[in-house]
Amino acid sequence: MAVYGRNYRRYAGELTPPWSRFLILPRYAYETVFQSKLFLIFFAVCFLVPFAGLLMIYLHHNLSALSFLNIPPEELKKFLPIGKSFFFRGTWLQGGLAFILVFLVGPALVAPDLRNNGLALYLSRPFSRTEYVLGKMSVLLILLSAITWVPGMLLFLFQSILEPSWLGKNLDLGLAILVGNGAWILFLSLMALAVSALVKWKPVARIALGVLFFVSIGFANALNEILSTWWGYLFSAWYVIGSIWASLFGIPVSADELPPPGAAWAALIGGSLLCLWLLSRRIRAYEVVR
Amino acid sequence: MVNLATKTALEAPAPAAEASVPVVELQGLEVKLGGRPILQGLNATLTGRCIGLLGPNGAGKTTLLHTLLGFYPISGGSARVLGKDVKTETRAIRSFMGYMPENDAFIQGMSGVRFVRQMAELAGLPKAQAIERAHEVLFYVGLGEARYRPVDGYSLGMRQAAKLAQALAHGPRLVFLDEPTNGLDPVARERMLRLIRDITEAGNVRVILSSHLLRDVEECCDEVLVLKAGKVAVTCNLEAERRANRNFLELELRNEQGGSADPGFNQALEALGAEIASGARQRLKVVLPDGVKVRDLYRIAVERKVQIRRLDYKRDSLEDIFLKAMEG
Repeated sequence: MAVYGRNYRRYAGELTPPWSRFLILPRYAYETVFQSKLFLIFFAVCFLVPFAGLLMIYLHHNLSALSFLNIPPEELKKFLPIGKSFFFRGTWLQGGLAFILVFLVGPALVAPDLRNNGLALYLSRPFSRTEYVLGKMSVLLILLSAITWVPGMLLFLFQSILEPSWLGKNLDLGLAILVGNGAWILFLSLMALAVSALVKWKPVARIALGVLFFVSIGFANALNEILSTWWGYLFSAWYVIGSIWASLFGIPVSADELPPPGAAWAALIGGSLLCLWLLSRRIRAYEVVR
Repeated sequence: MVNLATKTALEAPAPAAEASVPVVELQGLEVKLGGRPILQGLNATLTGRCIGLLGPNGAGKTTLLHTLLGFYPISGGSARVLGKDVKTETRAIRSFMGYMPENDAFIQGMSGVRFVRQMAELAGLPKAQAIERAHEVLFYVGLGEARYRPVDGYSLGMRQAAKLAQALAHGPRLVFLDEPTNGLDPVARERMLRLIRDITEAGNVRVILSSHLLRDVEECCDEVLVLKAGKVAVTCNLEAERRANRNFLELELRNEQGGSADPGFNQALEALGAEIASGARQRLKVVLPDGVKVRDLYRIAVERKVQIRRLDYKRDSLEDIFLKAMEG
């Protein structure tokens, strides 16, 4: 239909394959997300830790640089070894930043669509509820991957290239980076979408997300103190993922500090299933009022 | 560059073949929401170019549209849209149709053109075509100059037009319009109705228009399904109805004292085979069967001592059909 013609005509051209359409949602979401300068600065800051890790690995294998900086190589290897604790700390720091990223981006994903009846528009197209959730989740998953397991794996590969014998002894670290970060970002994305869908209002969803994360840490500690137990930790996502990371990276922790890994996995999977159930209840074109 | 486009919208049947397929076929359709029956045993075959869904508030018009879109599960019977089963081929149905919801619906923080473009892409249009069609369709609905403004800031009339634009952007074969003139001023309403007529007539698109405004439906539609309390009250081909040479009269009756006329008059007319609908102020709408003349009315009036104070020849308007259906 030509603009000057101003009459209606059907579309008779090619169509994109249905499997690729969920990726339209992240493309449009990023156009909005990256318009925020605050987010851009934060996103850049997220790469400081991996960059510092990169420098560290480089220094470990560059004697001339170490001698230039007047650092004895043995001292560096003794105080900052490239091993499980190096990657565990990196995962821990990036995991914290991942939550802040979800806190900034997550609440705006589903709540406005529910509030403005946008879901009816999405779902009246050949676009299912699953594709909608997948599309919205991929907005977070792609961003979170960029600051968690992708830089982690790049550092792991960088170290492996510089020291091939190291790779054979630390192959399990690569798996720990992938599984540990993967589980965390998946859970964070599901939690953010579920809270955003449940609350319907962006600022309140943001507050709810913060409360759920920070208050649960205090609540877990209080419960443990009052009841002299450890299972209070299972109410805090941060303690739960901490236990999972520690077990995956082989970091020894006492039973007082974190919950047992088995219980932590069960809590994480249970929490994720709860979020999925909430999403299945809320992501509908129209609510049925009983 | 990899071309992701694999399928074409031309897979749609030719217009001639499509014209023979009923737009909507309902066979004992039942829908329950929250355990409550909302639609009960709907049976209808609708074939018109522009089909009006009429009924008072709560009759089930929007529920029917949502069921045809696959938003609500069918609890009994079946429904087909352009030959596709609603239960099993929901995705196929959604791929050839556009939907304009009744309530305010938009994606926050987007300009008009970005909003329509995204909706077109979600319907399967490649990016370049979606951009082109978004601009075109926004001009078409009269939002050309406002297309770069955020949808959140549009007036009610503009948001209605934007909703229509997103329903048309991907060039559907069938469009569901749910109360499209809600909240519009007379000028905007007239523009909206003109667009609906244009889409139907020039664009070779089927339209299902849900409204509680009889005039809107009468101005655009050639077929009507009237719902009442979740049931089909009447289906009517308006075109055929308009063409039919029926003896449609409007009478104003009184008894000899100027009071209410004897109800026996109505019964006597019905005995002759006339269709009757009582209106306000002692008015009676009568459709005389073939062979019955006006003089027969006067004869019965004399017999029943009823005065016919006024007699008008009247065509069977949608209002009459609707009122008759509501009374039934």
